[in-house]
Amino acid sequence: MSMVDRIDLTPPSPRLNAPILMLGLAALLILGRAWLPEGLPAGLMRLPEALVVPFADWINAAFAFLRDDLGLMEVTRAFAAMLEWLLDVTANILYGKNRWPRLGPLPWSVVAISMAALGWWLGGWRLAVLAGGTFVWIAVMGQWQWAMETLSVIVVAAPFSVFAGLILGIAAWRWKGVQRILNPILNVAQSLPHFAYMIPVVVFIGVGPKAGAIVTIIFSVPPMIRMTELGLRKVPEEVVEAGRMGGATPWQLLTRVRLPTARGDILIGVNQVIMQCLAMVVLASFIGMPGLGQKLLQLLQALKIGLSVEIGITIVLIAVVLDRLSRAWAKRQPLHHALGLSWARRHPVLLIWAVAVVLAFALSQLFPLLAQVPRREALSIAAPVDMLVDWLIRLVDPVTTWLRWFLITWVLIPLRDAILWLPFSAVLIAVAAAGWAVGGWRSALVMLGFIGAIALSGWWDRAMITVYMVGFSVFLAALIGFPLGIWAAGSETRANRMLLICDSLQTFPSFIYLIPVVMLFGVNDVAVVMAVVTFAAVPLVRYTIEGLRGVAPELIEAAHMSGTTRRQMLWHVQLPMAAPVMLVGVNQSVMFSLFMVIIAAFIGTQDLGQELQRALSVSDVGKGLVLGLAVAFMGLAVDHLLRQMSERMRQGGGA
Amino acid sequence: MTDAIQTPVPVISCRNVWKVFGPRPEVALAAMKADRDARPEGHVTAVRDVSLDIMPGEMLVVMGLSGSGKSTLVRCLSRLNEITAGEILIEGQDIGRLNEAGLIELRRRKMGMVFQSFGLLPNRNALENVAFPLEMRGQPRAARIERAREMLALVGLKGRESYFPRELSGGQQQRIGIARSLAVEPDIWFLDEPFSALDPLIRREMQDEFLRLKGMLKKTIIFITHDFDEALRLADRIAIMKDGRVEQIDTPDRIVLQPATDYVARFTAEIDRARVLHVAGLAGPVAGRAIDGPALPGGQTLRDLARRLVNDSRDWIPVADGTGRITGMLERARALDILLGDAA
Ligand SMILES: Nc1ncnc2c1ncn2[C@@H]1O[C@H](COP(=O)(O)OP(=O)(O)OP(=O)(O)O)[C@@H](O)[C@H]1O
Ligand SMILES: [Mg+2]
Repeated sequence: MSMVDRIDLTPPSPRLNAPILMLGLAALLILGRAWLPEGLPAGLMRLPEALVVPFADWINAAFAFLRDDLGLMEVTRAFAAMLEWLLDVTANILYGKNRWPRLGPLPWSVVAISMAALGWWLGGWRLAVLAGGTFVWIAVMGQWQWAMETLSVIVVAAPFSVFAGLILGIAAWRWKGVQRILNPILNVAQSLPHFAYMIPVVVFIGVGPKAGAIVTIIFSVPPMIRMTELGLRKVPEEVVEAGRMGGATPWQLLTRVRLPTARGDILIGVNQVIMQCLAMVVLASFIGMPGLGQKLLQLLQALKIGLSVEIGITIVLIAVVLDRLSRAWAKRQPLHHALGLSWARRHPVLLIWAVAVVLAFALSQLFPLLAQVPRREALSIAAPVDMLVDWLIRLVDPVTTWLRWFLITWVLIPLRDAILWLPFSAVLIAVAAAGWAVGGWRSALVMLGFIGAIALSGWWDRAMITVYMVGFSVFLAALIGFPLGIWAAGSETRANRMLLICDSLQTFPSFIYLIPVVMLFGVNDVAVVMAVVTFAAVPLVRYTIEGLRGVAPELIEAAHMSGTTRRQMLWHVQLPMAAPVMLVGVNQSVMFSLFMVIIAAFIGTQDLGQELQRALSVSDVGKGLVLGLAVAFMGLAVDHLLRQMSERMRQGGGA
Repeated sequence: MTDAIQTPVPVISCRNVWKVFGPRPEVALAAMKADRDARPEGHVTAVRDVSLDIMPGEMLVVMGLSGSGKSTLVRCLSRLNEITAGEILIEGQDIGRLNEAGLIELRRRKMGMVFQSFGLLPNRNALENVAFPLEMRGQPRAARIERAREMLALVGLKGRESYFPRELSGGQQQRIGIARSLAVEPDIWFLDEPFSALDPLIRREMQDEFLRLKGMLKKTIIFITHDFDEALRLADRIAIMKDGRVEQIDTPDRIVLQPATDYVARFTAEIDRARVLHVAGLAGPVAGRAIDGPALPGGQTLRDLARRLVNDSRDWIPVADGTGRITGMLERARALDILLGDAA
C-alpha cells in the first residue's frame, strides 16, 4: 500500500484521512468528558434509555408465537421423546439405568477391552494402551457411572449431528442459495457462547439429559457442515470427470465418487463434532445434565480440589482418547492385504477382541470387581493431591496473594473503571475508525453495525466489562504466548513438542482450565483472568510457531547470505512474514477468551456472562439470546478487523 | 445405418465448434464472428471455429502449446464441456441434443477417457477402480470383477489388484487409468496427455505398451500430447492447435514437408525431419529412371534407413510399398541432406 501512496501524486483524498479525523473526534469526546466542567451531554455518555431497542421482548414474543401458536412445542417435545428413548437405551447398556432393553450394564472390563481393540485397530498399540488405560482408570477411580452418563449423551448426540451436518453440508455445496443463507448463520453460531444455546432449549424442553443432548446436537453441527462442504469442494476435478466419463449419474457421482473421496475432511468434521459434543456435555451440567461435568461443577463450587482434579484428569483423558481415535480414523488409509490370507489373518484385531470380550464376560461373572467397581472399593488420589496442593499453595501463597492484590487494586479495577468511564460515543467512533483504517468505509460500517447493536441492546456497561477482561487477558496471553512461540520455533524438535502440547491443550473442554486457577487464586476476577490467559495463550503459541516455521527457507537462506544477524532475521524477515498467520492466532485467542470469560462467570464476574447465567436460571430466552448475540458480535467484530488486517498483510507481501 | 458400412462415415465430426469461457459467452461469440480479430474482455476462447472429421480406427494426435485449447477440444467431444456454438456428431448423432440420460448412456457404451493426473478414486483399490464404470452401469459384481481382472492383466498389473492407488507408482497408476477407460470396451478412446506426468523411462515403456494395445484393440483414438516424438511414434494424423484454432490437420509427413501456416512451420522447425519423413513420402515418380538393385521399404523413416542410405552408391534408389511393388524413386542426395540436417 505504501508504495502506491507514494507514487500517487494527486492530493490525498479525504478518504485516506477519515480514520485520523474520526480518531481525533473520539479523542475530543474523551477530552470533553475529562475537562468540561459539566461533563459531556448524557446522550453522548451512554445511549439514552429511550433509544434502547427492546430486542429481548421481541425475541420473547417471537418465541412465544413459535411455541404456543405454531405448536412447535409439540414437534420439539416429540423429537425430545425419541431422543430420550435412545438415551435410555444407551444409559441402560452403559451404566445399567433401569430402562428398556434392561440388559444391565456392560462390565467395565468389556468396555475397556473394546476401546483398546478400537485403539489398536485405528492406531497401533500406543493408542490401544491409551484408550484401554483410560477406561481402566475411570473404573478403578469409581467414576464409571458419571463417565458413562457423559458418554451416553455423546453416543446419541454425535451421530445426529454428523447426519444433520452431512445433509446441510451437501445442500450448501450443491445450492448456492443454501450456502449464502447458511454461511452467516454459521458465522454467528460458531461465535455464540455455549450458554446462549442452552436457554432456548430449556424453554422448549426443560432441564435434564434430553435438554443436554439437544443442546449438544445443535452446538456441534456447524463444524460438520463446514467440513462436509469444504471436503466436497476439494474433490479434484479430474476424479469427478473420471466419474462422469465412467457414466455415473449425478446421484452415483455424489455417493460413489465425491463423498468417498472427501472422506478425510468429512471425518475431520466427525472429530470436531465429537470434541464439541464433549465440551458441551460437560457444560450442560448447568442445565441439569448429570455426569462428569455436574460432579466437577459441584466439587469446584465446594472448593474440593483433590476430587475435582480426579474428575479433571478423567475428562482430559476422555478428551484425548476421543480426539486421537477419531483423528486416527480420519487419517487411516486403506492398505491391501497380501493374496490368499485367511479371514482370521486378515482381521486379527477383530478375532482377538471377540475372544477377549467373551473371556471378560465370563470372568466378570466370577469376579464381580471386573464388572463393577463400587465406590467403597474404588481408589482415590484425592487425599495425596489435596496434601500436595495444600503444600504447594502454602509455598506460593505469598506470591499469589500479592499478585491477586496487585492485579485487583492496580490493574483490574483501574482498568475497569477507565473503560466504564469512556463515553460510548467515543468508543463507537474509535471502533469505526479502526475499521476504516484496515478496510475502508465498508469495514467501518461493519464494525459500527456490530458494536452499535450492542449499544442499542442496552447492555453497554456489562459488555465493556467483558471487553476489559478479554482485552487484558489476551494482552497477558500475548506477553506469554509470543515469546514462547518464538522460542519454540527455534528448533524443529522443540516446535513439534510444543505443537503437540498445544494440540492436546486445545482438545480439553474449557471447563478444565478452571481447576488449577481456582486452586491457586480462589474464586474471584483474578482466577478468571488467569484461566482465560492460559486458555487464550494456546492458539497464540501455536500460530506463532506455525507462522515462523512456514516462512520459506529460500527467503531465510537469502537473508543469511546478505549477512543478517539472528535478531535482524527475526525482526526483519521472519516476524513480518509470519505476521498474517500470527494474526489468525490472535483472532482465535480472542474467540477463546470470550468463550472462557463467559463460562468462568459462575466464579463471579459482573460481565455479560453473569447476566447470561442469570437469564439461564430463569429461562429468559430473549435476554439470553440478546446477551449471547452481544458476545458473538464482539467476536465477529474482532474477527472482521483481524481478517482484514491479515489479508492486507498477505497482499502487501507481509510488510 | 446399412450404407454406413459401405461408405465409412466419420466416427466424430465437428462442425464449426466454438467454446468461449467467460461470463457472457454468446455475446463474446457474436462479437468475434462479426470481427475476426475481436478479443472480448474477460472471455477466453479456448476452441475457435474448429471443424474436423475422425474416421473409424484412426488415431488423431492433437498438439499445441500450453493453453492452446487441446484439452478443451477433447472435453467438448466428450461433452464434459458444453460447446458455445457449432455441432458435434458422434456416429451421426448430435451430442449437444442428448439429454442427461442419453449422455450417460453414450459415455457408458461408447467412450473411454484417460486423464493426465489419472483421476483415480483414492479409496478404491486397483480392481475396484477399473470396475467403476461397469459398476455405474449396473453390471453384477462377479461379472465386473472378472472383467476388471482381465483388463488389469492386459495392462500388465496382474497381482496388484488389491493395491490402492497410493501404494502404486505413477506409471502403474496410469495403467489403472488406462484399464479403467478400456473396461467398457469403448469405440472412442480419449487420452489427455496420459504420459506427461511420468518420468522419461516409464513414459517410453508406457508408449510401447500403448502401441501394443492400439494394435490389438483397433479403436478410434484422440490423443493429446506435448511431445512431438510421442506424436510421431503414434499418429495417423496430427492436428496442430494455436489459440483455439486448428492450424493444420494432416499426416506427420505432410505437416513437416508442407506446413500450412508459418506457425506450423515454426512449430516443426526444431524437430529432426529424418525421424518423421517416410521414404515413400519423399520419393518422386519413377519418371523413366532405371530401376536396379534392392528397393527401400516405403513405410520406414529416413532415420531407420540411415545406414543403408549412407552406404548406398546409387543417385536414385527405388522405393517399394509393403507388397514389394515399386512406387517411386528417392534422390539420395536429398535424403542425405535431410538426414544430416542441412536441408533447406
Ligand atoms: N473452466 C475454464 N474456465 C475458464 N477458462 C478455461 C477453463 N478451462 C480452460 N480454460 C482456458 O481455456 C484455454 C485453453 O485451455 P486448455 O486446458 O484447453 O489448454 P491446453 O491446450 O490443454 O493446455 P495444456 O497443454 O496446458 O493442458 C486456456 O487459456 C485456459 O485458461
Ligand atoms: Mg490440457
